[in-house]
Amino acid sequence: MLVAGRFLLIVALVVALYGVGASLYGARRGNRGLVDSGRRAVYAMAVSLVAAFALLEAAFLRSDFSSELVATHSSTTTPTFYRVTAIWSSQAGSLLLWAMLLSVWSSLVLFLSRKRLREIAPYATAVLCGFAVFFLGLLVFLASPFEGLNPVPAEGTGLNPLLRHPSMMIHPPMLYSGYTLFAIPFAFAVGALITKRLNADWIRSTRPFTLAAWGFLGVGVMLGARWSYTELGWGGYWAWDPVENASLMPWLTGTAFLHSVMIQEKRGMLKIWNVSLVLATGILAILGTFLVRSGILQSIHAFGASTLGTPFLVLIGVLIAGSAALVIWRADDLRSESRLDSVFSRESVFLLNNLVLVAMCTVIFWFTFWPLISEALGDERSVGPPTFNSWIGPLAILLVLLTGLGPALAWRRATAANLRRSLTIPVVAGAITAVALVATGIGDAKAGLLFVFAAFSVAVIVQEYVRGVTARRAMAHEAVPVAMVSLVRRNRRRYGGYLVHLGIIVLFVGIAASSAFQQATDVQLRTGQSTRIGDYAVTYAKATSRVVAASNGRLERIDLGAVLQLRKDGRLVDTIATKRSYFPSADPSLGPVSSFFEGEATSEVGLRAGGLRDVWTVVSPSLEELRPLITKGDAVFAGPGAKISAQQREEFLAATLKGLTDSYTRDPPAATFRLIVSPLVTWIWLGAIVVLVGGLIAIWPGPRSSQRMVSAGYAARLARELGRA
Amino acid sequence: MDPSRKRTIRLVVALSSALLLATALIYTSFTASTETKTPSQLLSAAPTPERSYELTGKVADGSWEREGAVNTFRVRDRDGTASVPIRYSGAVPDPFREGREIVVTVRRQGDMYVGERDSLITKCPSKFQTQAPRT
Repeated sequence: MLVAGRFLLIVALVVALYGVGASLYGARRGNRGLVDSGRRAVYAMAVSLVAAFALLEAAFLRSDFSSELVATHSSTTTPTFYRVTAIWSSQAGSLLLWAMLLSVWSSLVLFLSRKRLREIAPYATAVLCGFAVFFLGLLVFLASPFEGLNPVPAEGTGLNPLLRHPSMMIHPPMLYSGYTLFAIPFAFAVGALITKRLNADWIRSTRPFTLAAWGFLGVGVMLGARWSYTELGWGGYWAWDPVENASLMPWLTGTAFLHSVMIQEKRGMLKIWNVSLVLATGILAILGTFLVRSGILQSIHAFGASTLGTPFLVLIGVLIAGSAALVIWRADDLRSESRLDSVFSRESVFLLNNLVLVAMCTVIFWFTFWPLISEALGDERSVGPPTFNSWIGPLAILLVLLTGLGPALAWRRATAANLRRSLTIPVVAGAITAVALVATGIGDAKAGLLFVFAAFSVAVIVQEYVRGVTARRAMAHEAVPVAMVSLVRRNRRRYGGYLVHLGIIVLFVGIAASSAFQQATDVQLRTGQSTRIGDYAVTYAKATSRVVAASNGRLERIDLGAVLQLRKDGRLVDTIATKRSYFPSADPSLGPVSSFFEGEATSEVGLRAGGLRDVWTVVSPSLEELRPLITKGDAVFAGPGAKISAQQREEFLAATLKGLTDSYTRDPPAATFRLIVSPLVTWIWLGAIVVLVGGLIAIWPGPRSSQRMVSAGYAARLARELGRA
Repeated sequence: MDPSRKRTIRLVVALSSALLLATALIYTSFTASTETKTPSQLLSAAPTPERSYELTGKVADGSWEREGAVNTFRVRDRDGTASVPIRYSGAVPDPFREGREIVVTVRRQGDMYVGERDSLITKCPSKFQTQAPRT
């Protein structure tokens, strides 16, 4: 398996190198056959990499510990679902996933555009193959996923328990899909710059991929936030960690690009800006991958002790220099075809929205890299989440306002009548919200301002839908639901986009409310004792415990937990269970009993999620009372227990652990709890789902584009026929 | 207004805004940031109680004790033995344990360094290449 895997990677590398050479040489010489073979090289590379990935997956499923990667990231007690997904919890496995996704997405875009963009496509193919050469070079020479182990261990280390969470296992493929898909508009932008085909054709052709990249990256970011909230045991969903920031930065510039590109399509403006944005987004996607792998910044998520930082740094340097050179070289051809007519126009708001998004990205970039910059200046310094929040908060408030203002204004120039017609209801909605907030005595001015702007922007969106539906009903005499569906179907990009705006506003309201009005406490309780948080009285009702065996019968973990009763106004409203799971350590110097308490431990959050507020709880059981029993258990295994068979040992260990956990529940010691009441956290996840639905509507090919493709096909055939005649 | 004059004004406004943003960003970076120190640097710097530092290092073996919600432990240099005592109140992250690399914002209080609430982060071991068990 290992030899076959290495062979497939080498084949993919050779094919990718051929793809670069054939595409470039074919394009320069005008040799169509060579260009086509360059494109087919990408398909071959994708087949090789999918096969290599499948081989590795099979090794994980078989628990083939002759593979170092399998032995260090899986075990026989790792549940099957997590064995399948453990492949990308490792450095080499995640690089293989990156390369495979890049090759698959590249194949798809090159297949779909094989009859279009004939001048640009060969250069785009060369760029995409160039990225593949870089990643395959790392996989073949520096971080092979097909390294062997000799002697072969009987058991693996297992997947880190923190990663045993469904959203965490989908999160990396989503992020990597986003990163790799952003390579596609990057590659086509480079092709457009080289060939001077700088109209909006390449933008239209790659738009579905840009939107998909944006969507995948957004979903990946949200899944990471959800994992953090429900698994990491600290109660937050965003910590401004460098690796988190790395995924947010390309999403922000990608969002800016998706807006400003509309101005280029409509008015032929902002060409330099757009091409710079798309190049920057591609580079930021590589930067994100670099940050995770280089260990250059203090991050909780970074891979440790990696040697991949330097090659990534070289790649980023080449990309920045090359992109800047291309834009400067083609600056004359990138001049705008028209000018901004008025400050009161949709173009102006889009431009402002772009500046805000780019400012957000700049702020995040600067603060993320400040430790490195300050170290170069003398003393290493870093900024914490409050500083990030103090900058990003106001920019986010402005963004929410612009989200509503953009669709309300007309293209080119908004007249006073247009402003009155579009803004009256939204302004009234904002004013009513402001009065209501003042009347209820909202304590946080920034959150209050965001809620007011959110009300304004939601009103704009609702107004747009109502106007559209009314117009359709007047034209086609349709019922409201039918008119609504027809409206969206006929202009998916616009109305899907509005839904995305709605989702973003809901999400921002959730973030603002949960950040500004969160209540948290750390408290130590014995069973029967209570504490208060917000409007709730929380009682530690009883302790729980469990020894959990894997599907093959081997002991997987111990759970020590608590059942909490939640009362409001004296009435029992819910019972919440939270626990801490203890996984055995692989350290052979530990006794078999103590190994269960010295390995990894994860908190399982007890959550009462609600539309208005979440009650979030975790428990840290005290193990002090169990220590003497643990030591005694280890001593038994070291003495008479040392002579028993492996099977007897496992059974005896299970009985010992059961005894230990039973004693914990019989006479539970005081446990420490973290209790948090956060308003509107559910709105964050709900907003993300609305964004996803809106994005899917916007990306779905509409009837017009299918028609266009048919027409294009017909026109091409007609041209060929005419050529023959 | 003359279009070229209009363009010049727009350019000046844009550049001034960018300059303003950059200045504010740099100013904030210096005033709102914390110095990053290792235990040996903290020991040699004789820090004052008014200042806080971002301490990076590993939790020293055998040093972690917990009493209720209060944790006491020592943080040592990543590649050395110099260490400083830390008192940290509140829940620690799940991956926190002896030998693991952490980052915590601390302030000197007598002989101890007191960790700022919710500032403790532990390097996620998920992506660390652990040694395979050799049997």
